[in-house]
Amino acid sequence: MSRGAPLPWLKPGLFVGALAPLVVMVVEAVQGTMGANPVAEVENVLGLAALVLLMASLACTPARRLFGWTWPARIRRLLGLFAFFYVSLHFLVYLLVDQSLDAGRIVEDIVKRPFITVGFAALVLLLPLALTSTTASIRRLGYRRWTLLHQLAYVAGVLAVIHFFWRVKIDVSQPLVYAGVLSALLLVRLAFWLAKRARAGHPLAEGVAGRSRRIGA
Amino acid sequence: MRTLPTEPPSSEITPEGLYLRRREFIKNAVLGVGTAAVFGSGLVWLVGQRPPPDAPDQPPLGEAAAVAAEPTAPGQYDTDEPMNTYQAVTTYNNFYEFGADYALPSRNAHTLQTRPWTISVEGEVARPQTIDIDTILGWFTPEQRVYRMRCVEAWSMVIPWLGIPLASLIKRLEPTGNAKFIEFTTLLDPKQMPGQNDPILKWPYVEGLRMDEAMHPLALIAVGLYGKVLPNQNGAPLRLVVPWKYGFKGVKSIVKIRFTETQPQTTWALAAPREYGFYANVNPAVDHPRWSQATERRIGDFTRRKTLPFNGYADQVASLYADMDLRRNF
Repeated sequence: MSRGAPLPWLKPGLFVGALAPLVVMVVEAVQGTMGANPVAEVENVLGLAALVLLMASLACTPARRLFGWTWPARIRRLLGLFAFFYVSLHFLVYLLVDQSLDAGRIVEDIVKRPFITVGFAALVLLLPLALTSTTASIRRLGYRRWTLLHQLAYVAGVLAVIHFFWRVKIDVSQPLVYAGVLSALLLVRLAFWLAKRARAGHPLAEGVAGRSRRIGA
Repeated sequence: MRTLPTEPPSSEITPEGLYLRRREFIKNAVLGVGTAAVFGSGLVWLVGQRPPPDAPDQPPLGEAAAVAAEPTAPGQYDTDEPMNTYQAVTTYNNFYEFGADYALPSRNAHTLQTRPWTISVEGEVARPQTIDIDTILGWFTPEQRVYRMRCVEAWSMVIPWLGIPLASLIKRLEPTGNAKFIEFTTLLDPKQMPGQNDPILKWPYVEGLRMDEAMHPLALIAVGLYGKVLPNQNGAPLRLVVPWKYGFKGVKSIVKIRFTETQPQTTWALAAPREYGFYANVNPAVDHPRWSQATERRIGDFTRRKTLPFNGYADQVASLYADMDLRRNF
């Protein structure tokens, strides 16, 4: 029965599910049920969808390590690319609709308003990750360098959460939830890193051992 | 003798491999659809896509309703800009006592009981007293005022209020010569106002004006809108409307009016003194520390428009601030 890829339903299911906020938005736009401030609503939904999907993609590696599952590693790229898709739409709506492509105002916003600066920085950081998301890129860069580059996703996550904090008027309960999730994910990674270091003894020793092995060979 | 039914020709028999794949295909399809449904609805829930609330069904406000219904020329204080819809005005509200998001007040404010309702008048007045809301409503016939409203969060509306000029009410309350400021306080009752269980602001909500601002003919105590009794989410039974200031100055569901010699400690100025001042005059030249105040989105529009000094009421009110540095007194 194990013909073809394992869990062949997983990626198509997630792909369709990830489009749901967009589909709901289109239905609401057609029916005119997006509330009194549809531009703000669209920006909020797109930004939040990007943040949720980015968190989900960041959860894949910790989930694999914690529970020993293999499937999270196979959906990480899909989730990350959908996060990039939504943050791109979020930025496009800001550029085209919210600011009507007024270059002066947009530059002023990005330079002068920390809340927009950090959001923009998160988007910029995600761009090289989206561009190097192919398997060919992993081969070209080498796995170590590729992994190192893709650690930027955590930096983007931190910036995105700060962007959320600075956007709200005073009630930070929702940004706090995302900050908590992100911290938990970082802590899991830190714990695994410390455990690995402890297993290997002093990190320097590992380096020396590695080198002597190489010399020996 | 019974004959066995003839077997179908072997060409019609589904090969075993295909038969098993068919079962697997159905299984995978079900799992895929299930994944899409769970993941998709989870996302939709997390990003907060909900159907918008319905507009409230409010009764007409006595004689004032008839006045409001008459299609007369705009009065001297009215803007002739197109009004926002009743639906928008009553479902897009900032009223943190019922939740810190625009759709929440219209969903949650049904717990507010606006009768019986009294207003306590305190401080520098000839006679401190507690007045019933219906007594106040009996003193005046509300008039319609079509005002622009500019929120500090850079959106705006045009709203046909029904209200009492604040100056008329103040004259009835007889403040003493020591009264330099007027302070308004919202009801404090977490049972009726569940948002007050959340200490995001120091409850109850307090706002205030300098006496000359309060006596300005544009300052209004609203008791209705669109010819109807003021909906709870808009600050029933009575609220302040100061159209040349940011919307947060418009304290809602008032239970206390206090005349003071010193400047009141107002809620937002206490919560974030760098971001919100006591004056809070609409000013496109003074940005909020986190966002620009140069433009605003009129609810119903897609593109932004320029924000006007004093929200377009500069001709009427700029003289109140002639000697003041409005960058410092933001």
